[in-house]
Amino acid sequence: MTFLFDLIISFLLWAGLFFLFVGTIGLIRLPDLYTRMHATSKCDTLGTGLILLAVILQVPGYNEIIKLVLLGVFIWTINPVVAHIMGHTAYLRGEHHTPSTFFKDCYDTPYPGKEMSGKEDVHA
Amino acid sequence: MLSELTFLEQIFLGVAILLTAATFLCLYRAVVGPSEADRIVSINVIGTKTVVIISLVSLVFHQEFFLDVALVYALISFVATIGVAKYMEKGVLE
Repeated sequence: MTFLFDLIISFLLWAGLFFLFVGTIGLIRLPDLYTRMHATSKCDTLGTGLILLAVILQVPGYNEIIKLVLLGVFIWTINPVVAHIMGHTAYLRGEHHTPSTFFKDCYDTPYPGKEMSGKEDVHA
Repeated sequence: MLSELTFLEQIFLGVAILLTAATFLCLYRAVVGPSEADRIVSINVIGTKTVVIISLVSLVFHQEFFLDVALVYALISFVATIGVAKYMEKGVLE
């Protein structure tokens, strides 16, 4: 029984490591800021959750479990928020993108190459 | 020292070492990234991985207070990223 438990924890660890490595490879190899963020935000969130779950199943005390759950909640909320804010900022700054990107003008001050006048009104 | 750990703790330590290698791979994008936003995204990924590494080290060496360090590190990394993003968008910090 304890062998099965160890096996489950080991599987969670290697799965989390796999996802974190996939995110890293995507960060290095993909051509564009948006595709890099697409790779890192999702893969990092999932891999971190898996590894923290493995650590939660292994620690002895309740204090550590509470802290680790809090850490997981922080990361699971912080990563999407940071991805959203960086994507918004990069879009407003007119970041370089690959030529085959499909764009939809979601603000009045659209995308790369155009002047960003009225930048304050984009949240309206 | 390595033989004092159990088998599962050795696996935890190996995962932490491999994550350190992945962190250095992320540092490549932070150094040569063409734009500023690339560097910010890369630094954020490095911060997330560092939090995981600190948790693993806390488990392996039985030091509970390392988890407090990980919590504070996550929050400070978040605030720094938000601040830099706001500076990049508006040009000022106000």
